Formats: sequence, C-alpha cells, structure tokens
Amino acid sequence: MKFGVVVFPGSNCDLDAYHVIRDVLKKPVEYLWHQEESVSGFDCLVLPGGFSYGDYLRCGAIARFSPVMSAVVEMASRGGLVLGICNGFQILLEAGLLPGALYRNTSLQFRCQFTHLVTENRSTPFTGLLEPGRVLKIPIAHGEGNYCVDPETLRDMQERGQIVFRYATPEGETTPEANPNGSMWNIAGVCNERKNVLGLMPHPERAGEAALGSTDGLVIFQSIIRHWEDSR
Amino acid sequence: MWKATIKVMLKKSVLDPQGQAVQKALHALGYQNVPDVRIGKYLEVKVALADRESAAAQVREMCERLLANMVIEDYTFELTEA
Repeated sequence: MKFGVVVFPGSNCDLDAYHVIRDVLKKPVEYLWHQEESVSGFDCLVLPGGFSYGDYLRCGAIARFSPVMSAVVEMASRGGLVLGICNGFQILLEAGLLPGALYRNTSLQFRCQFTHLVTENRSTPFTGLLEPGRVLKIPIAHGEGNYCVDPETLRDMQERGQIVFRYATPEGETTPEANPNGSMWNIAGVCNERKNVLGLMPHPERAGEAALGSTDGLVIFQSIIRHWEDSR
Repeated sequence: MWKATIKVMLKKSVLDPQGQAVQKALHALGYQNVPDVRIGKYLEVKVALADRESAAAQVREMCERLLANMVIEDYTFELTEA
C-alpha cells in the first residue's frame, strides 16, 4: 500500500505525515507536489496541515484550485482514500468533497494543545480498529477550526454517520468545556457520504510516538492500512 | 472596464466572534449604544469587459466560485465604470 502526501506552497505538516508513515508505520510514501496532475499509483492521499497559499482569502480557498486537486477529487469519486488534516481538512471543505465550513475559533485564539476525541462512527476506513468507548488524545494547532454547517445538513450527516470525531473530556464526555474552538456539536472530524474521505482538525501525525506525548494518532493510520489490506 | 466593489459578510445565522470582540472593545471605550458589530471583507476587482450585464454576471460567478464561501458567507457588490 502506498501513501501520498500532497505538498502545497505553505504546507508545514507534510514532513510529520511523511515521517510517521515511513518511519513509524513502515509503509511506502511519497510527496506529491501540488502541480502534479496525476495521483495514479497511490492508495491513500494525505492533505497535510499548514497555511497553504498563506491562508489568503480563506483557509484552503486557493489551494483547492491547485492542479493536483482535480486528481484528488477524481480519486475520491472513485472511492479512493483521502485524509485531510487541519489545513488539509479546510481544503477538502473548500473543494466540496466534505460538507460544511471552518472559520475563526470563537475564542479568537490560536489553540495549540492536546484534545480528547470520541469516535461517533467506528465503521469507516479510518476508524475500523478503534475499540468501543476509546478516547483518543491527539493535539490540535489552529485558529480556524470552528466547524459550521446548516442544521438540516447536520441532521442528515448525523443520520448517515458522517460525524466521525467529537471533542470530549479525557473521560469521553462531549461537554462545552471540552470544545476548543466553538465547533457545532463539538465536531472535530467528518467524512463524506461514501466514507472514503475524512477531514479532521486534530493532528494524528503528531501523536505517533511516545516522545511526543501520545501514540493515539497511529490507530487512524493503522485502520486505513487494515481497510486497504482487507479490501484487496 | 468595470470596477466591482464587493462586500463579503458572514451570514446572519453565523456567529461572528471577531465582531463580538470588537463590540466588547467599543463598550469598554464607553460606546454602550453599540448593540451589534459584524466584520467582513471588502474587495475591489476590475473586470475588463465592455458590457455591464456581462461584468455583473462574471462578478457573481467569481464570488460564488472563490471570493465567498457560500456555506457561511453572503456577498453584495456594486459596479462602477473604471
């Protein structure tokens, strides 16, 4: 199984994603420059965090018109796995691959801290190895992670299992205090209807080694690998 | 040639945390009679087209494809000859 890490001008978590896939998970991975027009040969694409195009206009608004994005959209439409982390999540929303939008945190602060996540849907390609009730400790680092969607769409997403991760206390309670950015319904990560595209604000690639304070991010990558192996 | 002056604002239904912070600051300065502040973006975009209708159509298209995020924002614009 081969991963691709898409690099936009201003991406800054591309090395972290590459490192965790190659050195921790021991899987083949290559960088994909945003000018690439083909993503053939890749089984899972990671859109990493950062500040693509300086976050000018809106986070992700310009990156979504990068040449590589047509190929990303095409791969997603064929059921290929796409994971957007932080700025990558914002790009997937701007590209229309996921519903909703992310805007300024209600606190107006850039939040760089550990968060705890509960998993609402364990039957996606990204969450298949999660035990019921497990709370993940994964860091965030963003100023614009306040998830917003119209109430009807939110209801549809809840019914279809498109809400994947929610901010919670270490005990797994989704309280307002556990919400670091004001997101509706404590939403930290969502997927598309088909469940092959996931976007999340927390950084699983920064929680892959004990020295970093948590290894809870690995289970997301391991789930992807298991899903891919099972679907062979 | 036309100049479009475009305003992009968060939808009324979307909380504006920047507007709220500025409102609080204005209250702290003694302007208690400020019940609401909303912050948006202002853009000036020149369009090299002769015909006003075509320019307006293109500005609308550009707003909806890029300049505004229609999930959380609304836009308005005015055209003047430039």
